[in-house]
Amino acid sequence: MKDSYYNREDLKKFGDITEWQKELGDKFFDYYGSVFKESALTAREKSLIALAVSHAVQCPYCIEAYTSDCLKKGVDEEQMMEAVHVTAAIKSGAALVHGVQMMNQVNDKLM
Amino acid sequence: MIKSLKRQNHKLATPEGQIDILNDSASIGIPAFDSKLKDMGHPTLKPTSIDIFQVNVGKMCNQVCSHCHVDAGPDRKEIMTRETMQQCIEAIRDTDIKTVDLTGGAPEMNPDFRWFVEELRAVGKEIIVRCNLTIILANPKYNDLPEFFKKHKINVVSSLPYFTAKRTDAQRGDGVFDKSIKALQILNEVGYGKEDSDLQLDLVYNPAGAFLPGDQKTLEDQFKSKLLEYDIVFNNLFAITNLPVSRFLEYLVRSEKYEDYMDELVNAFNPIAAEGVMCRSTLSVGWDGYLYDCDFNQMLELKINAPDHISNFNIGKLSRRDIIVNQHCYGCTAGAGSSCGGTTV
Repeated sequence: MKDSYYNREDLKKFGDITEWQKELGDKFFDYYGSVFKESALTAREKSLIALAVSHAVQCPYCIEAYTSDCLKKGVDEEQMMEAVHVTAAIKSGAALVHGVQMMNQVNDKLM
Repeated sequence: MIKSLKRQNHKLATPEGQIDILNDSASIGIPAFDSKLKDMGHPTLKPTSIDIFQVNVGKMCNQVCSHCHVDAGPDRKEIMTRETMQQCIEAIRDTDIKTVDLTGGAPEMNPDFRWFVEELRAVGKEIIVRCNLTIILANPKYNDLPEFFKKHKINVVSSLPYFTAKRTDAQRGDGVFDKSIKALQILNEVGYGKEDSDLQLDLVYNPAGAFLPGDQKTLEDQFKSKLLEYDIVFNNLFAITNLPVSRFLEYLVRSEKYEDYMDELVNAFNPIAAEGVMCRSTLSVGWDGYLYDCDFNQMLELKINAPDHISNFNIGKLSRRDIIVNQHCYGCTAGAGSSCGGTTV
Protein backbone atom coordinates (compact mmCIF):
# COMPACT_ATOMS: atom_id res chain seq x y z
CA MET A 1 0.00 0.00 0.00
CA LYS A 2 1.14 3.52 -0.70
CA ASP A 3 1.47 6.03 2.11
CA SER A 4 -1.25 8.27 0.75
CA TYR A 5 -4.94 7.43 0.54
CA TYR A 6 -5.13 9.47 -2.67
CA ASN A 7 -2.88 8.54 -5.59
CA ARG A 8 -3.21 10.46 -8.83
CA GLU A 9 -2.56 7.30 -10.84
CA ASP A 10 -5.70 5.72 -9.38
CA LEU A 11 -7.93 7.94 -11.51
CA LYS A 12 -6.82 5.97 -14.57
CA LYS A 13 -7.97 2.80 -12.82
CA PHE A 14 -11.53 4.02 -12.26
CA GLY A 15 -12.82 1.62 -14.90
CA ASP A 16 -11.39 -1.30 -12.93
CA ILE A 17 -14.31 -1.14 -10.49
CA THR A 18 -16.28 -3.23 -13.01
CA GLU A 19 -13.92 -6.17 -12.41
CA TRP A 20 -15.51 -7.07 -9.10
CA GLN A 21 -19.11 -6.18 -9.99
CA LYS A 22 -19.48 -6.00 -13.74
CA GLU A 23 -23.21 -5.54 -14.08
CA LEU A 24 -23.49 -2.64 -11.68
CA GLY A 25 -20.21 -1.12 -12.87
CA ASP A 26 -21.31 -1.24 -16.51
CA LYS A 27 -24.67 0.28 -15.60
CA PHE A 28 -22.95 3.07 -13.73
CA PHE A 29 -20.55 3.96 -16.57
CA ASP A 30 -23.33 3.75 -19.12
CA TYR A 31 -25.45 6.08 -16.98
CA TYR A 32 -22.47 8.38 -16.36
CA GLY A 33 -21.80 8.68 -20.09
CA SER A 34 -25.44 9.49 -20.78
CA VAL A 35 -25.58 12.16 -18.08
CA PHE A 36 -22.74 14.15 -19.63
CA LYS A 37 -24.05 14.07 -23.18
CA GLU A 38 -25.25 17.29 -24.77
CA SER A 39 -28.98 17.49 -24.07
CA ALA A 40 -31.27 20.04 -22.40
CA LEU A 41 -28.06 21.35 -20.82
CA THR A 42 -24.95 21.76 -22.96
CA ALA A 43 -21.94 19.54 -22.31
CA ARG A 44 -20.11 22.73 -21.30
CA GLU A 45 -22.75 23.66 -18.69
CA LYS A 46 -22.65 20.12 -17.30
CA SER A 47 -18.88 20.28 -17.03
CA LEU A 48 -19.10 23.49 -14.97
CA ILE A 49 -21.76 21.96 -12.71
CA ALA A 50 -19.51 18.91 -12.28
CA LEU A 51 -16.60 21.17 -11.37
CA ALA A 52 -18.67 22.89 -8.69
CA VAL A 53 -19.94 19.58 -7.31
CA SER A 54 -16.39 18.19 -7.33
CA HIS A 55 -15.45 20.93 -4.90
CA ALA A 56 -18.53 20.31 -2.79
CA VAL A 57 -17.64 16.63 -2.40
CA GLN A 58 -13.94 17.57 -2.22
CA CYS A 59 -12.88 14.80 -4.56
CA PRO A 60 -9.38 15.49 -5.93
CA TYR A 61 -9.89 13.04 -8.81
CA CYS A 62 -13.05 14.85 -9.86
CA ILE A 63 -11.43 18.28 -9.49
CA GLU A 64 -8.59 17.28 -11.83
CA ALA A 65 -10.91 15.57 -14.30
CA TYR A 66 -13.37 18.46 -14.53
CA THR A 67 -10.75 21.19 -14.53
CA SER A 68 -9.26 19.47 -17.58
CA ASP A 69 -12.69 18.99 -19.08
CA CYS A 70 -13.61 22.66 -18.56
CA LEU A 71 -10.34 23.74 -20.22
CA LYS A 72 -11.07 21.50 -23.20
CA LYS A 73 -14.52 23.00 -23.51
CA GLY A 74 -13.12 26.53 -23.61
CA VAL A 75 -14.22 27.62 -20.13
CA ASP A 76 -12.09 30.49 -18.85
CA GLU A 77 -10.46 30.88 -15.43
CA GLU A 78 -12.97 33.43 -14.18
CA GLN A 79 -15.91 31.19 -15.01
CA MET A 80 -14.28 28.21 -13.29
CA MET A 81 -13.61 30.24 -10.15
CA GLU A 82 -17.19 31.54 -10.16
CA ALA A 83 -18.38 27.93 -10.24
CA VAL A 84 -16.27 27.23 -7.14
CA HIS A 85 -17.76 30.30 -5.47
CA VAL A 86 -21.21 28.85 -6.13
CA THR A 87 -20.04 25.78 -4.21
CA ALA A 88 -18.68 27.94 -1.43
CA ALA A 89 -21.83 30.05 -1.27
CA ILE A 90 -24.10 27.02 -1.01
CA LYS A 91 -21.88 25.30 1.55
CA SER A 92 -21.47 28.40 3.70
CA GLY A 93 -25.14 29.23 3.25
CA ALA A 94 -26.05 25.73 4.35
CA ALA A 95 -24.01 26.25 7.52
CA LEU A 96 -25.32 29.71 8.18
CA VAL A 97 -28.97 28.92 7.60
CA HIS A 98 -28.64 26.57 10.57
CA GLY A 99 -27.90 29.71 12.54
CA VAL A 100 -31.66 30.15 12.53
CA GLN A 101 -31.93 26.85 14.38
CA MET A 102 -29.37 28.11 16.86
CA MET A 103 -31.37 31.31 17.26
CA ASN A 104 -34.55 29.29 17.75
CA GLN A 105 -32.82 27.21 20.40
CA VAL A 106 -31.48 30.27 22.18
CA ASN A 107 -34.84 31.98 22.11
CA ASP A 108 -36.42 28.84 23.50
CA LYS A 109 -33.89 28.42 26.28
CA LEU A 110 -33.67 31.97 27.50
CA MET A 111 -36.31 33.76 29.45
CA MET B 1 11.94 38.01 -25.81
CA ILE B 2 12.88 34.39 -25.23
CA LYS B 3 15.39 32.65 -27.48
CA SER B 4 14.63 29.77 -29.81
CA LEU B 5 15.64 26.29 -28.67
CA LYS B 6 18.20 26.34 -31.46
CA ARG B 7 19.80 29.53 -30.15
CA GLN B 8 19.85 27.99 -26.66
CA ASN B 9 21.61 24.91 -28.10
CA HIS B 10 18.87 22.92 -26.42
CA LYS B 11 18.91 19.15 -26.91
CA LEU B 12 15.35 19.30 -28.24
CA ALA B 13 16.34 21.80 -30.93
CA THR B 14 17.60 18.86 -32.97
CA PRO B 15 15.35 16.32 -34.70
CA GLU B 16 17.48 13.53 -33.21
CA GLY B 17 16.89 14.77 -29.66
CA GLN B 18 13.13 14.87 -30.24
CA ILE B 19 12.95 11.51 -31.99
CA ASP B 20 14.92 9.88 -29.16
CA ILE B 21 12.14 10.86 -26.78
CA LEU B 22 9.29 10.02 -29.17
CA ASN B 23 10.76 6.61 -30.01
CA ASP B 24 11.14 5.66 -26.38
CA SER B 25 7.47 4.71 -26.15
CA ALA B 26 8.12 1.39 -24.42
CA SER B 27 9.19 3.15 -21.22
CA ILE B 28 5.91 5.04 -21.03
CA GLY B 29 3.90 2.04 -22.14
CA ILE B 30 2.23 3.28 -25.31
CA PRO B 31 1.88 1.28 -28.53
CA ALA B 32 3.77 2.18 -31.70
CA PHE B 33 1.65 4.39 -33.95
CA ASP B 34 2.24 2.21 -36.99
CA SER B 35 0.89 -0.81 -35.09
CA LYS B 36 -2.37 1.10 -34.64
CA LEU B 37 -2.51 1.68 -38.39
CA LYS B 38 -1.77 -1.98 -39.08
CA ASP B 39 -4.68 -2.94 -36.81
CA MET B 40 -6.85 -0.78 -39.06
CA GLY B 41 -5.64 -2.55 -42.19
CA HIS B 42 -2.98 -0.05 -43.24
CA PRO B 43 0.39 -1.84 -43.35
CA THR B 44 1.61 1.44 -44.83
CA LEU B 45 -0.16 4.77 -45.05
CA LYS B 46 -0.74 5.97 -48.62
CA PRO B 47 -1.80 9.34 -50.02
CA THR B 48 -5.38 9.72 -51.25
CA SER B 49 -4.60 12.76 -53.43
CA ILE B 50 -2.44 15.86 -53.26
CA ASP B 51 -4.71 18.83 -52.69
CA ILE B 52 -2.60 21.12 -50.54
CA PHE B 53 0.95 22.20 -51.27
CA GLN B 54 2.20 23.69 -48.03
CA VAL B 55 5.34 25.78 -48.23
CA ASN B 56 7.35 26.89 -45.24
CA VAL B 57 9.06 30.01 -46.56
CA GLY B 58 11.26 30.47 -43.52
CA LYS B 59 11.59 30.12 -39.79
CA MET B 60 12.00 33.81 -39.04
CA CYS B 61 9.17 35.23 -36.95
CA ASN B 62 8.46 38.37 -34.93
CA GLN B 63 7.01 36.19 -32.16
CA VAL B 64 8.41 33.38 -30.01
CA CYS B 65 5.37 31.30 -29.10
CA SER B 66 5.84 28.83 -26.29
CA HIS B 67 4.23 25.93 -28.17
CA CYS B 68 5.76 26.57 -31.63
CA HIS B 69 6.58 23.33 -33.46
CA VAL B 70 8.83 25.26 -35.86
CA ASP B 71 10.94 26.78 -33.06
CA ALA B 72 10.51 30.01 -34.98
CA GLY B 73 11.61 33.45 -33.82
CA PRO B 74 13.58 36.58 -34.67
CA ASP B 75 16.84 34.67 -34.20
CA ARG B 76 16.01 32.10 -36.91
CA LYS B 77 17.61 33.03 -40.21
CA GLU B 78 16.49 30.12 -42.41
CA ILE B 79 14.68 31.72 -45.35
CA MET B 80 13.48 30.25 -48.66
CA THR B 81 15.23 31.79 -51.66
CA ARG B 82 13.48 33.09 -54.75
CA GLU B 83 15.16 30.29 -56.71
CA THR B 84 13.50 27.64 -54.53
CA MET B 85 10.19 29.48 -54.81
CA GLN B 86 10.57 29.42 -58.58
CA GLN B 87 11.16 25.66 -58.40
CA CYS B 88 7.97 25.32 -56.36
CA ILE B 89 5.98 27.22 -58.98
CA GLU B 90 7.42 25.13 -61.83
CA ALA B 91 6.75 21.92 -59.93
CA ILE B 92 3.03 22.51 -59.39
CA ARG B 93 2.17 24.79 -62.33
CA ASP B 94 0.69 22.02 -64.47
CA THR B 95 -0.62 19.77 -61.72
CA ASP B 96 -4.11 19.46 -60.24
CA ILE B 97 -2.87 20.96 -56.97
CA LYS B 98 -5.14 23.96 -56.49
CA THR B 99 -4.10 25.35 -53.13
CA VAL B 100 -0.80 26.63 -51.83
CA ASP B 101 -0.60 27.08 -48.08
CA LEU B 102 2.14 29.53 -47.05
CA THR B 103 3.52 29.23 -43.59
CA GLY B 104 6.61 30.01 -41.53
CA GLY B 105 7.71 31.62 -39.11
CA ALA B 106 5.92 34.70 -40.24
CA PRO B 107 5.80 34.05 -44.00
CA GLU B 108 5.42 37.76 -44.69
CA MET B 109 8.96 38.35 -43.38
CA ASN B 110 10.47 36.53 -46.34
CA PRO B 111 11.64 39.35 -48.66
CA ASP B 112 10.22 37.47 -51.68
CA PHE B 113 6.88 36.69 -50.06
CA ARG B 114 4.88 39.15 -52.18
CA TRP B 115 6.63 38.12 -55.38
CA PHE B 116 5.84 34.47 -54.61
CA VAL B 117 2.17 35.22 -53.99
CA GLU B 118 1.86 37.20 -57.23
CA GLU B 119 3.51 34.44 -59.27
CA LEU B 120 1.37 31.73 -57.71
CA ARG B 121 -1.78 33.73 -58.43
CA ALA B 122 -0.58 34.24 -62.01
CA VAL B 123 -0.56 30.46 -62.52
CA GLY B 124 -4.04 30.18 -61.01
CA LYS B 125 -3.35 28.82 -57.54
CA GLU B 126 -5.51 29.58 -54.52
CA ILE B 127 -3.47 30.81 -51.58
CA ILE B 128 -3.70 30.40 -47.85
CA VAL B 129 -1.43 32.54 -45.67
CA ARG B 130 -0.88 31.56 -42.06
CA CYS B 131 -0.63 35.08 -40.71
CA ASN B 132 0.23 35.54 -37.03
CA LEU B 133 -1.70 38.87 -37.04
CA THR B 134 0.87 40.89 -35.07
CA ILE B 135 3.15 41.05 -38.12
CA ILE B 136 0.67 43.52 -39.65
CA LEU B 137 1.53 45.99 -36.88
CA ALA B 138 5.16 44.99 -36.35
CA ASN B 139 6.65 47.45 -38.83
CA PRO B 140 5.20 50.13 -41.15
CA LYS B 141 6.33 48.09 -44.16
CA TYR B 142 3.79 45.42 -43.20
CA ASN B 143 0.87 47.77 -42.52
CA ASP B 144 -0.52 47.33 -46.03
CA LEU B 145 -0.62 43.52 -45.81
CA PRO B 146 -4.42 43.43 -45.39
CA GLU B 147 -4.79 45.33 -48.68
CA PHE B 148 -2.26 43.02 -50.33
CA PHE B 149 -4.13 39.95 -49.04
CA LYS B 150 -7.37 41.42 -50.34
CA LYS B 151 -5.94 42.20 -53.77
CA HIS B 152 -4.91 38.58 -54.23
CA LYS B 153 -7.98 37.10 -52.51
CA ILE B 154 -5.80 35.25 -50.07
CA ASN B 155 -7.46 33.08 -47.44
CA VAL B 156 -6.04 34.43 -44.18
CA VAL B 157 -5.68 31.83 -41.41
CA SER B 158 -4.59 33.23 -38.07
CA SER B 159 -3.82 31.80 -34.68
CA LEU B 160 -5.69 33.11 -31.69
CA PRO B 161 -5.46 30.52 -28.94
CA TYR B 162 -8.06 32.15 -26.74
CA PHE B 163 -10.35 35.12 -26.41
CA THR B 164 -8.62 36.50 -23.32
CA ALA B 165 -5.30 38.33 -23.05
CA LYS B 166 -4.09 36.20 -20.17
CA ARG B 167 -4.15 32.87 -21.97
CA THR B 168 -3.17 34.25 -25.38
CA ASP B 169 -0.20 36.22 -24.07
CA ALA B 170 1.00 33.28 -21.96
CA GLN B 171 1.37 31.27 -25.15
CA ARG B 172 2.28 33.88 -27.73
CA GLY B 173 4.02 36.65 -25.79
CA ASP B 174 3.17 39.78 -23.83
CA GLY B 175 0.88 42.17 -25.66
CA VAL B 176 0.07 39.73 -28.47
CA PHE B 177 -3.64 39.57 -27.65
CA ASP B 178 -4.17 43.34 -27.91
CA LYS B 179 -2.21 43.54 -31.16
CA SER B 180 -4.06 40.53 -32.57
CA ILE B 181 -7.39 42.19 -31.79
CA LYS B 182 -6.27 45.36 -33.56
CA ALA B 183 -5.05 43.37 -36.59
CA LEU B 184 -8.34 41.45 -36.79
CA GLN B 185 -10.24 44.75 -36.72
CA ILE B 186 -8.09 46.02 -39.61
CA LEU B 187 -8.72 42.81 -41.58
CA ASN B 188 -12.44 43.24 -40.98
CA GLU B 189 -12.22 46.86 -42.15
CA VAL B 190 -10.89 45.79 -45.56
CA GLY B 191 -13.68 43.23 -45.83
CA TYR B 192 -12.24 40.02 -44.38
CA GLY B 193 -14.50 37.64 -42.50
CA LYS B 194 -17.74 39.42 -43.35
CA GLU B 195 -20.82 37.47 -44.30
CA ASP B 196 -21.31 39.10 -47.70
CA SER B 197 -17.61 39.01 -48.56
CA ASP B 198 -15.56 36.40 -50.40
CA LEU B 199 -12.49 37.33 -48.34
CA GLN B 200 -12.05 34.39 -46.01
CA LEU B 201 -10.70 34.92 -42.48
CA ASP B 202 -10.30 31.79 -40.38
CA LEU B 203 -8.95 31.50 -36.87
CA VAL B 204 -6.92 28.71 -35.34
CA TYR B 205 -7.53 27.65 -31.76
CA ASN B 206 -5.02 25.45 -30.04
CA PRO B 207 -5.06 24.59 -26.35
CA ALA B 208 -2.88 26.78 -24.14
CA GLY B 209 -1.57 23.78 -22.25
CA ALA B 210 -1.37 20.00 -22.11
CA PHE B 211 -4.96 19.21 -22.93
CA LEU B 212 -6.91 18.36 -26.06
CA PRO B 213 -9.20 20.78 -27.83
CA GLY B 214 -12.92 20.44 -27.21
CA ASP B 215 -15.68 20.43 -29.78
CA GLN B 216 -14.73 22.71 -32.67
CA LYS B 217 -18.23 24.07 -33.28
CA THR B 218 -18.79 24.86 -29.59
CA LEU B 219 -15.46 26.69 -29.45
CA GLU B 220 -16.26 28.55 -32.67
CA ASP B 221 -19.57 29.75 -31.22
CA GLN B 222 -17.80 30.96 -28.06
CA PHE B 223 -15.09 32.75 -30.04
CA LYS B 224 -17.67 34.40 -32.31
CA SER B 225 -19.65 35.62 -29.35
CA LYS B 226 -16.62 36.87 -27.39
CA LEU B 227 -14.90 38.53 -30.36
CA LEU B 228 -18.10 40.33 -31.27
CA GLU B 229 -17.48 42.34 -28.09
CA TYR B 230 -14.51 43.80 -30.01
CA ASP B 231 -16.64 44.14 -33.19
CA ILE B 232 -14.67 41.32 -34.79
CA VAL B 233 -16.17 38.77 -37.16
CA PHE B 234 -14.54 35.78 -38.84
CA ASN B 235 -15.54 32.75 -40.88
CA ASN B 236 -14.38 29.47 -39.34
CA LEU B 237 -12.51 28.38 -36.27
CA PHE B 238 -10.09 25.48 -36.70
CA ALA B 239 -9.43 23.54 -33.48
CA ILE B 240 -5.93 22.09 -33.64
CA THR B 241 -4.23 19.68 -31.27
CA ASN B 242 -0.72 20.53 -30.10
CA LEU B 243 1.70 17.86 -31.31
CA PRO B 244 4.63 16.74 -29.16
CA VAL B 245 7.22 18.40 -31.37
CA SER B 246 9.84 21.09 -30.69
CA ARG B 247 8.82 23.71 -28.11
CA PHE B 248 5.62 21.97 -27.11
CA LEU B 249 7.57 18.75 -26.59
CA GLU B 250 10.12 20.69 -24.54
CA TYR B 251 7.30 22.12 -22.42
CA LEU B 252 5.80 18.65 -21.88
CA VAL B 253 9.15 17.18 -20.83
CA ARG B 254 10.13 20.15 -18.64
CA SER B 255 6.78 20.20 -16.83
CA GLU B 256 6.74 16.39 -16.50
CA LYS B 257 3.49 16.19 -18.49
CA TYR B 258 4.84 14.24 -21.45
CA GLU B 259 3.69 10.80 -20.30
CA ASP B 260 0.19 11.97 -19.33
CA TYR B 261 -0.22 13.88 -22.57
CA MET B 262 0.87 10.94 -24.73
CA ASP B 263 -1.50 8.71 -22.75
CA GLU B 264 -4.31 11.14 -23.44
CA LEU B 265 -3.53 11.20 -27.16
CA VAL B 266 -3.34 7.40 -27.36
CA ASN B 267 -6.55 6.92 -25.37
CA ALA B 268 -8.29 9.34 -27.72
CA PHE B 269 -7.04 7.53 -30.86
CA ASN B 270 -9.86 7.64 -33.39
CA PRO B 271 -9.66 5.32 -36.42
CA ILE B 272 -11.95 7.62 -38.41
CA ALA B 273 -9.61 10.54 -37.77
CA ALA B 274 -6.70 8.32 -38.75
CA GLU B 275 -8.32 7.62 -42.14
CA GLY B 276 -8.51 11.34 -42.82
CA VAL B 277 -5.10 12.56 -41.65
CA MET B 278 -3.88 15.57 -43.60
CA CYS B 279 -0.62 13.96 -44.75
CA ARG B 280 -2.72 11.84 -47.11
CA SER B 281 -3.67 14.95 -49.08
CA THR B 282 -0.81 17.35 -48.38
CA LEU B 283 2.79 17.92 -49.37
CA SER B 284 5.05 20.02 -47.21
CA VAL B 285 8.05 21.91 -48.55
CA GLY B 286 10.81 23.13 -46.27
CA TRP B 287 12.59 26.49 -46.58
CA ASP B 288 15.48 24.70 -48.34
CA GLY B 289 13.26 22.88 -50.85
CA TYR B 290 13.15 19.46 -49.20
CA LEU B 291 9.84 17.62 -49.25
CA TYR B 292 7.97 16.11 -46.33
CA ASP B 293 4.63 14.44 -45.61
CA CYS B 294 3.60 17.26 -43.28
CA ASP B 295 4.90 20.28 -41.43
CA PHE B 296 5.62 18.20 -38.32
CA ASN B 297 7.68 15.63 -40.21
CA GLN B 298 9.48 18.61 -41.69
CA MET B 299 10.49 19.86 -38.25
CA LEU B 300 11.64 16.35 -37.34
CA GLU B 301 13.49 16.21 -40.69
CA LEU B 302 11.74 12.98 -41.66
CA LYS B 303 12.18 13.40 -45.40
CA ILE B 304 9.63 12.00 -47.78
CA ASN B 305 9.84 8.44 -49.20
CA ALA B 306 10.23 9.63 -52.81
CA PRO B 307 12.56 11.98 -54.66
CA ASP B 308 12.86 14.35 -51.75
CA HIS B 309 13.73 17.76 -53.16
CA ILE B 310 11.57 20.22 -55.08
CA SER B 311 14.18 20.21 -57.86
CA ASN B 312 13.31 16.51 -58.46
CA PHE B 313 9.55 16.91 -58.05
CA ASN B 314 7.78 13.80 -59.33
CA ILE B 315 4.06 13.88 -58.69
CA GLY B 316 3.59 10.25 -59.78
CA LYS B 317 6.08 8.89 -57.29
CA LEU B 318 4.86 11.28 -54.60
CA SER B 319 1.29 10.05 -55.08
CA ARG B 320 2.38 6.44 -54.55
CA ARG B 321 4.75 7.02 -51.64
CA ASP B 322 4.60 5.42 -48.20
CA ILE B 323 3.92 8.15 -45.67
CA ILE B 324 6.35 8.26 -42.76
CA VAL B 325 4.70 7.99 -39.36
CA ASN B 326 6.02 8.19 -35.82
CA GLN B 327 4.66 8.62 -32.31
CA HIS B 328 3.88 12.34 -32.79
CA CYS B 329 1.22 11.27 -35.31
CA TYR B 330 -1.08 10.40 -32.39
CA GLY B 331 -1.66 14.16 -32.22
CA CYS B 332 -3.49 14.14 -35.56
CA THR B 333 -5.65 11.11 -34.74
CA ALA B 334 -6.93 12.07 -31.30
CA GLY B 335 -10.61 12.77 -30.79
CA ALA B 336 -12.13 14.52 -33.76
CA GLY B 337 -8.72 14.59 -35.46
CA SER B 338 -6.45 17.53 -36.15
CA SER B 339 -5.02 19.11 -39.26
CA CYS B 340 -3.99 22.55 -40.48
CA GLY B 341 -7.66 22.94 -41.40
CA GLY B 342 -8.94 21.89 -37.97
CA THR B 343 -10.78 18.69 -37.11
CA THR B 344 -10.97 15.92 -39.69
CA VAL B 345 -14.01 13.97 -38.49
